[in-house]
Amino acid sequence: MVDFVTGLRCRECQRPFPAEALHVCDYCFGPLEVAYDYERIAATVSRERIEAGPRTIWRYRDLLPVDDESPVDLGAGFTPLVRADRLAAELGLGELWIKDDTANPTGSFKDRVVSVALTKARRLGFKVAACASTGNLANSVAAHAARAGMDSVVLIPHDLEAAKVTMTAVYGGTVVAVDGTYDDVNRLCAELTSERPSWAFVNVNVRTYYAEGSKTLAFEIAEQLGWQAPDHVVVPIGSGSQLTKVAKGFSELGKVGLLPEEPAVRVSGAQAEGCSPVATAFLEGTDAIRPVKPKTIAKSLAIGNPADGWYALDVMRKSGGSCAAVTDDEVRDAIGLLARTEGIFAETAGGVTIATLCRLAASGAIRPDERVVALVTGHGLKTVEALTGAEGSSPTATIAPTLAAFDAAVDSIEETPSR
Amino acid sequence: MSVTVRIPTQLRTLTGGAGEIAVEGASVGEVLKALDAAHAGFSDRLFDEGGNLRRFVNVFLADEDVRFLDGLATPVADGQTLSIVPAVAGG
Repeated sequence: MVDFVTGLRCRECQRPFPAEALHVCDYCFGPLEVAYDYERIAATVSRERIEAGPRTIWRYRDLLPVDDESPVDLGAGFTPLVRADRLAAELGLGELWIKDDTANPTGSFKDRVVSVALTKARRLGFKVAACASTGNLANSVAAHAARAGMDSVVLIPHDLEAAKVTMTAVYGGTVVAVDGTYDDVNRLCAELTSERPSWAFVNVNVRTYYAEGSKTLAFEIAEQLGWQAPDHVVVPIGSGSQLTKVAKGFSELGKVGLLPEEPAVRVSGAQAEGCSPVATAFLEGTDAIRPVKPKTIAKSLAIGNPADGWYALDVMRKSGGSCAAVTDDEVRDAIGLLARTEGIFAETAGGVTIATLCRLAASGAIRPDERVVALVTGHGLKTVEALTGAEGSSPTATIAPTLAAFDAAVDSIEETPSR
Repeated sequence: MSVTVRIPTQLRTLTGGAGEIAVEGASVGEVLKALDAAHAGFSDRLFDEGGNLRRFVNVFLADEDVRFLDGLATPVADGQTLSIVPAVAGG
């Protein structure tokens, strides 16, 4: 295998760096990004070559920064793209699709980025996989490290959802709960990276490679639409990395000839009101992203100091996209709406995306004549606590095991249909 | 005030490899200036043309982001720790 990486490049000052375990420009601290030789990729890649590949993210390996024949792989990617006509009808939209990343091996889009990160980390000689996480990344790092035979050390805020903690601990790695917010955990890991240089912190010192995994969302959406780009995508914003890389993915499809030209995809962002520094900057029309102390049920998006926030703002503005911040009640309602219209159970971050979709459809920022894709990035079983007490979170009736009791209960249900 | 400044890997070339440097100063800005006086090159790396912290440079005083405090004007107490940390994303 060859890869087509020409090196790393600082997104701020454009200084070049070699393709090693580097994540920060040592001059201005700007984030490093993988640079590719697109001409050589264009001469190699084809729709046929991709379609003959595995039904995972690794069918796009020509556009990923790894040259490993046997990647660290649990089968991430190539998740369903579901036509959502019933939801579209409720929202007054035309062609609407849900990219259902709840179907990934550990139930979130993080399997895409972690599979790439640990493949590269193993190639770079790391033996330990580590991360700071709001939960989904922890699940995925612990699982993929187990698969790869690597040790894992995962740091999480102490107040995570129970399922996310269990789904991390079960894989046998070290799980450290930190008495603080995700931003505290992240800062600790940023400092730890200097003290534990032999550990691959997937979202710190191998982040440059890790982030590239999110591009596969754009690749899959285009392939699943019959090699066409959508008009508009709605992406949740935590750090802003995923939104930025989805846009990069669509752009690359044009650069390497998989689409006839670079598509014009409007990219809109979704945040929860209790942690919306990027949405606030977007709506105020400023470039200044003020960090916040998060308070929302959407814990996987509860990043008060989003490192890629500026780039997410730039993508949304330049693409003609929009952005919104939704309340926790809207998030709960949207989880229910998606479940009962399309049969997809999203975690709270997915609720943020669908609630934002509702808002933007109502305001006209998303139009009925657009082909729209909304990214649902994590499974609802991970965040069931958020629905405790909400409509649809408990049995319709509880009865004695008799026909009479069943008839009585169902009769009363039929008299008072809930919707 | 004597303040311990924690230096990330990327800037340890300026300190001869040291991860912690003790300097004097009454505010975050003064401490960072004193750091530059002791080990030339820090100001260029930490500040943009307008004298503000570069946007991917995070500075924490006693584990709190100084942007939540008074930024460079935030007063520091004797014995406190100031950490310079590159912004990182993910989750």
